Amino acid sequence: MKAYLTRRYMFSASHRLHSDALSDAENVATYGKCNNPYGHGHNYTLEVTVSGAVDERTGMVCNLTDLDDLVHGEILERFDHQNLNTLADFATRVPTTENLCMVIYDILQRGFRHAHLEKVRFEETMMNSFEYWGENRVIE
Amino acid sequence: MVYLTRKAEFSASHYYHNPKFSAEENQRIFGKCNNPNGHGHNYTLEVTVKGEVDPPSGFVVDLKQLKETMSREVLEALDHRFLNKEVPEFFTRIPTTENLAIAIWQRLSPKLKAAQLHRVRVYETPDLFVDFYGEA
Repeated sequence: MKAYLTRRYMFSASHRLHSDALSDAENVATYGKCNNPYGHGHNYTLEVTVSGAVDERTGMVCNLTDLDDLVHGEILERFDHQNLNTLADFATRVPTTENLCMVIYDILQRGFRHAHLEKVRFEETMMNSFEYWGENRVIE
Repeated sequence: MVYLTRKAEFSASHYYHNPKFSAEENQRIFGKCNNPNGHGHNYTLEVTVKGEVDPPSGFVVDLKQLKETMSREVLEALDHRFLNKEVPEFFTRIPTTENLAIAIWQRLSPKLKAAQLHRVRVYETPDLFVDFYGEA
């Protein structure tokens, strides 16, 4: 029996949306308030969805402590209370929440071996959210 | 095709233990959840059905019937129960949220007539939920 398990985590970080490929005027036109040179912050909610057959011995898709350990060690400790623009992950990418989804997806894809990674979803505020399913997702 | 979701809540206790594992293995795998006296959660259940909209009524499914089916087949059996000791599915299966979603699907699926069951989602806490789509 295949089931999908989703866990939510929270961290807070700041960022500034600014692309070196755009002029100053274009940056302001594109990113508006998010282009403020001093940056601004969010309380991000991260949702990680994994899937797999439910192990008959444990009743679990995977042990949540394994997922928690990876997310705490590789994601929360690195991203919480940081300025995203200063991190190597965003040296060449604008720290939009779209790109944040992809960075986190890559970290989980590389590091998590206990179940299949389905999706990374971020709520940047209560009013917007972003999802990344990897490049091979087929929309049903 | 239209998808309709109905929510419900129930509270229950459980613990995780596999008699085939040693005491040490049970403790290592299940941690705090292995306490034999059990612990509890306020579960939120979301049942999603799908179907075509029936032109005369404008309904995918009669919500009242869906609510009654959920109450009769799921909530009456699970609400305010110790899952390991009072719900037959969990006499032999560990009452994880994964197995809870599967058991609820198996209880509801044969009883829904007008609409087809699409998804059962069970929140154990606001930060943890399981989806089951009836996949083998």
